[in-house]
Amino acid sequence: MNLLEILGFFNYWVFAIVLSVGLYTVIAKTNLVKKLIGLSIFQSAVFLMYITMDKVEGGTAPIIQKGVEDQIFSNPLPQVLILTAIVVGVSTLALGLAIAVRIYEAYGTIEEDEILDAD
Amino acid sequence: MELTPHLPALQVIVPMLCSPLMLLLRPRGLAWAGATVVALLSFAIALNMSLMVAGGEVLSYKMGGWEAPYGIVLSVDAFSSMLLLIATGAGAAALLAGRSSIDQQIELERQPYFYSAFLLALAGLSGITASADAFNIFVFMEISSLASYVIIAGGPDRRALPAVFKYLTMGTIGATFYLIGVGIVYMMTGTLNLADMEARIGDVTNLNPILVAAGFITIGLALKAALFPLHVWLPNAYTQSPHIVTVFLAACATKVAIYVLIRFDFFVFQANLEIHDLQFSTFMMPLALLGILVASAVAMFEGHIKRLLAMSSVAQIGYIILGASFVTTAGLTASATHMFNHALAKGGLFLAIAGLAYHYRDLRLDQLAGAARTMPWTAAAIVICGLSLVGVPGTAGFISKWLLIDAALGKGFLSMMLVFIIIISSLMALAYVSRIIETLYFKPAVVEQAPGEAPLQILLVTWLVAAANIIFGLFPAFPLALSSSAAEWLLRNAL
Repeated sequence: MNLLEILGFFNYWVFAIVLSVGLYTVIAKTNLVKKLIGLSIFQSAVFLMYITMDKVEGGTAPIIQKGVEDQIFSNPLPQVLILTAIVVGVSTLALGLAIAVRIYEAYGTIEEDEILDAD
Repeated sequence: MELTPHLPALQVIVPMLCSPLMLLLRPRGLAWAGATVVALLSFAIALNMSLMVAGGEVLSYKMGGWEAPYGIVLSVDAFSSMLLLIATGAGAAALLAGRSSIDQQIELERQPYFYSAFLLALAGLSGITASADAFNIFVFMEISSLASYVIIAGGPDRRALPAVFKYLTMGTIGATFYLIGVGIVYMMTGTLNLADMEARIGDVTNLNPILVAAGFITIGLALKAALFPLHVWLPNAYTQSPHIVTVFLAACATKVAIYVLIRFDFFVFQANLEIHDLQFSTFMMPLALLGILVASAVAMFEGHIKRLLAMSSVAQIGYIILGASFVTTAGLTASATHMFNHALAKGGLFLAIAGLAYHYRDLRLDQLAGAARTMPWTAAAIVICGLSLVGVPGTAGFISKWLLIDAALGKGFLSMMLVFIIIISSLMALAYVSRIIETLYFKPAVVEQAPGEAPLQILLVTWLVAAANIIFGLFPAFPLALSSSAAEWLLRNAL
C-alpha cells in the first residue's frame, strides 16, 4: 500500500482515531461529565464513518430537478440512518447528564472514586 | 377488520403508543391498571403468535406495504416468538404483581412516568425481537435501553444512580459497536434487511470487512448481554433497581441481546464466512465456561440476596452461550430452552424477593434469617424456583440442563470436560440456593420478624410462576417445540 492509498482513506483514519480517543476518555476519566463527553466523541466517530461511506465523487443531494438529466447523487440512506443515530446519541447524552445531576444531588460529587468511597 | 395478519406490528405498536397515555392517568392506581392491561394484551398477542409459528412458519409483515429489501420488514418465527413470550410474560407478571411494591418504592406523583417508561422498555424489547432490519434493531435496542435506565434509577436507593450510570456508558458502547458493525456490512452489501444481507454477502469478494463487522457486532451484543467478562454493569444494576424492575429485566433484557447475537451470527454470517463456526465456538466456549464457573463461585459467597441471584444470572447466560457455541441443533435447542426456563426460574425468584422486600428493608442474607416462619408461602415459592434454577428433576430447569448435557456429549473429545463443568456448576448452584433456603428456614431471626405474608397480589403471581416451573418441568412439549424448530431454522444452512 503506497502513501496515496493510505491518504485516500483519510476519513476512515480520522474515524479510527476519534473512536479510540472517545473510548479512552470513557475508560480513563473518573469525572462523570468527562466520561459523557468521551461517550459523545465516541459516537460522533461513527457518524463520520456513515457519512463518509455514502459520498459518491461528484454526487449532489438526491433531489430530482426538472431539465437536469444524468445527475449523480450521493446515497441518502446512510444520512437518514445517521440522523436517527444522532437523535439517539443526543437522548443518551441528555439522560446521562440528568443522571449525573441526580448523582451530584445525592452524593455531592461527580468523581467516580469519591462516589465509591461514599457507599 | 381482521387483526390476525397485523399481529407482528401490533406487538410493538400497542405498548409503544400506550406508553405516553400513562402520563395522562394521574389518579391513584389508574396508571398501574392501564399499564397492566397493556402488558397483558401484549402477552396475549405474543401467545397467539407463538401458537401460529410453533410448526415452523414465519409471520412476516411489511411496514406500509413496501416490499422487502426497500421497506422495513417485521418477521416473527419460532425463535423470536419464544423471546416475545418471555419479554411480554415477564412484563405482565411484574406489573400484575407489582402494585404494592411500586407504591412502596416510588412516590405517587412519579408513578405515571415510571409506568410510561416501563411500557416503552417493553415496546423496545418486543421491537428488537420482531424486527428483521439491522438498523431497526439498533433503534429499538436504544429505546429499550434508555427506558430501562430510567426505570432502574427510579427506586429510592441512591446507589442505583452510579449503577445506572455504569450501565448507560457500557450499554451505549455496546450499541455503538453494533452500529459500527452494521455500517460496515451495509458498506459492503448495500442492504440492511437481514435476509437480504445473508444473500448479498455471498457476492462480496473481499470478506475481511465482513469479518471485522462480525467482530464488532458480536462484541457489542456480548456487552449488552452481559457475557462474562463484560458483565460488570449487571450485578449492581439488578441489585439496586426497584424490585419489580429486577423481575422484568432479569427475566428478559439480557436474553433479548443474546437473541440478536445468535440471530446475527447464525443467520447472517454463518453461511458466508468460511470458518465462522470454528471461530464462534473457540471465542465463545471458553468465555461461557469461565463465566459459568467464576460467576457461580462469586454467587456462593455473596451476602446480598439480589446480588447473589444477579451473579447467578451471569452464570446462566454462560449456559445459554455454551449451548449456542456447540453450533449443533441439539446445542441451540438447549440454549433456546434454557432462555425460557431460566426466565421462569429467575422471574419467580425475583418476584418472591419482591414479596420479601415488602416487609424486609435490608435484603442482606443475614437479615433475612428465619423469614420462612412468618412468610411460609413466599419461602416455599423460593424453594421451588431455586430448585428449578439448580436443575432438579421435575422442574423446568432440569429439562434444559439435560438437553445441554446431551448436546455436550456430542462434542467428541471435549464432551467429558464439558459435562464435568456443567455438573460442577450445578453443584455450585445447589450450594448457593441451599444457603438461601437454610437462612430462610433454619437460622434464628436477627431482626424483628415480618408481621405476615407478602401482599396477596405478589403471592398469587409468584405462585403462578412457581407452578409454571413445575408444569413445564413435567410437560415441556410447548417450549421444546418452539426451541427445536428455532434451532433447525437457525442452522438450516449448515445442515
